[in-house]
Amino acid sequence: MSLHEPTTAPDGARATGPEAATSAALAAKARKGDRAPKGRAKLSWRKSIRRDWQLYTLVLLPLAFFVIFRYLPMAGNVIAFRRFQPGGSIFGEEWVGLRYVEMFLNDPTFWNVFGNTLTIGLLSLIFAFPAPIILALLLNEVRTRYFKRFVQTLSYLPHFLSIVIIAGMLLQLLSLEGTVNQIVRAVGAEPVPFMQRPEWFRAVYISSEVWQTVGWGTILYLAALTQIDQSLYEAARIDGANRWKQTLHVTLPGIRPTMITLLILNIGTFMAVGFEKILLIYNPLTYPTADVIATYLYRVGLESNNFSYAAAIGMFEAIIGLTLILSANAISRRVVGTSLW
Amino acid sequence: MKDSRGYRVFQIVNGVVLLGVVFVTLYPFLNIIAQSFSGETFIRAGQVNLVPLGFNTTTYQLVMGDETFWRSYGNTVLYTVVATAIAMLLTTTYAYVISKKGIRGRGLLIGIAVFTMFFNGGLIPNYVLISSLGLTNSIWAIVLPNAISVFNLLVMKAFFENLPSELEEAAQIDGLSTYGILLRIVLPLSKAVIATMVLFYAVTFWNSWFQAFLYLNQQELFPVTIYLRNLIAGASTASSLGSGGGDLAQVASNVKAVTMVLTVLPILCVYPFIQRYFVSGVMLGSVKG
Repeated sequence: MSLHEPTTAPDGARATGPEAATSAALAAKARKGDRAPKGRAKLSWRKSIRRDWQLYTLVLLPLAFFVIFRYLPMAGNVIAFRRFQPGGSIFGEEWVGLRYVEMFLNDPTFWNVFGNTLTIGLLSLIFAFPAPIILALLLNEVRTRYFKRFVQTLSYLPHFLSIVIIAGMLLQLLSLEGTVNQIVRAVGAEPVPFMQRPEWFRAVYISSEVWQTVGWGTILYLAALTQIDQSLYEAARIDGANRWKQTLHVTLPGIRPTMITLLILNIGTFMAVGFEKILLIYNPLTYPTADVIATYLYRVGLESNNFSYAAAIGMFEAIIGLTLILSANAISRRVVGTSLW
Repeated sequence: MKDSRGYRVFQIVNGVVLLGVVFVTLYPFLNIIAQSFSGETFIRAGQVNLVPLGFNTTTYQLVMGDETFWRSYGNTVLYTVVATAIAMLLTTTYAYVISKKGIRGRGLLIGIAVFTMFFNGGLIPNYVLISSLGLTNSIWAIVLPNAISVFNLLVMKAFFENLPSELEEAAQIDGLSTYGILLRIVLPLSKAVIATMVLFYAVTFWNSWFQAFLYLNQQELFPVTIYLRNLIAGASTASSLGSGGGDLAQVASNVKAVTMVLTVLPILCVYPFIQRYFVSGVMLGSVKG
């Protein structure tokens, strides 16, 4: 495993860009190759512990955290295949095989929420992913530095809000007395109780998603934009390219690695739609479109206490997520030569 | 170089579009603020948008006189402080160790952390674990389970890796222990990244609600996000009751606005000062692989 840089551009300028992006993580994992200290023989475990024991003691507490709060729950997924009793062992009581898996495969509600999850994930990808790119390109054309700063700074603001506040704002804005219905009334139409209408849920979800993420999402793109070699623009101008052509042939290729990295990450989190937001703004009336896998398993598990059944669904979702990110990465490595690892 | 006419037109349109973006971003805030100062009848009639109508501060007095609200607020402060302190302790020590290139098992330690970014136990096993550890209805259910954010961890690791190693080597020769080096050499040099990390964590914990929603069911333990969430949920039940619940819904919508303003206020106040730290933190995490 090694970090695949764009094979077409071995020059540092492009490769060092924020293509390793938010995924500092991925890259860190990827660089296994250059980790071993060169020119020094590897110490045996015993010698390293004697030499570095103080460093190792520092790691104990955080390591305990990872084991208890991250890896134990992973192992706890076995309750998807075992009968579980509240108050009993966290790993369940006895094996029941694939009973719970069969149960959700035969559950029509499951397939409904599965479809909703895919739809919402796909719509987010279509609308929320390109939005920051467009905003970054528009900001890039601004000549007045203060204006650019001003727009940028304000557009980050929603990122810092609690999802509870966002839900509260949505419910206020879309209520019968809210601003949106004031506009609806002003143009002479009948007010719509948006939050009670399943046909409106997706629009509400996606537009608020864009509102929340668009500004913050520009940060990495704007950084990538500043790294584009200015001489490329000059060359394009000499060749007679206008600003639009320059955007098309210089700017967009320049931020392509960033776009691909973020696209892979987005695809990887495709199934993990904004569960907390949905939990706050949906209601039984909007279940037909709003209920997603995560909210369904929340209700099944924690409201109806079918822990094993819910764990089976959760595991299914996690495995799809992992598969998605692995395949997106593999495809992108084949096709465009950029990948996370 | 002179711009073409088309491009100058574009510049103007662009400016207008961006102002539109700013307006849309800010509108919900301004609307909530306007509502928080407005009279009940005006909100109910659907007339309040940007300007408060029937200006009054009664609702503020009402909410600020509510003991439950202040207790929730206090809980949020307490949870945020404790959780951030724990998070910083764990993140700093782990990041410091995995930033040491020569240490045996480094790859394994990094792998252990990074793997959790891609795969996690999921809601149910986590819930079962926290319950069986007996953390339900205690501050620990809030402050422990998310004590390390792997993203923050990697940002810190990247920062530590960039510190000049000569200083540490010199300190080692002077006979300082590893702990001494960390405390007296590395941390004082890392004030910038520490400040950024504290902000990252503090904002996350201040805003979080789901953990509390799952594991706390005693009102005196609720953070302010849960207080607000219950107001919202309560209001929507009241309005769905129809005419009978109308009054109740109305009061709640007014109170809701005030509670929202008071909850966001600390963030809005520090926002202008902290947002560039966030941006630099994100950049730090991204540029260094």
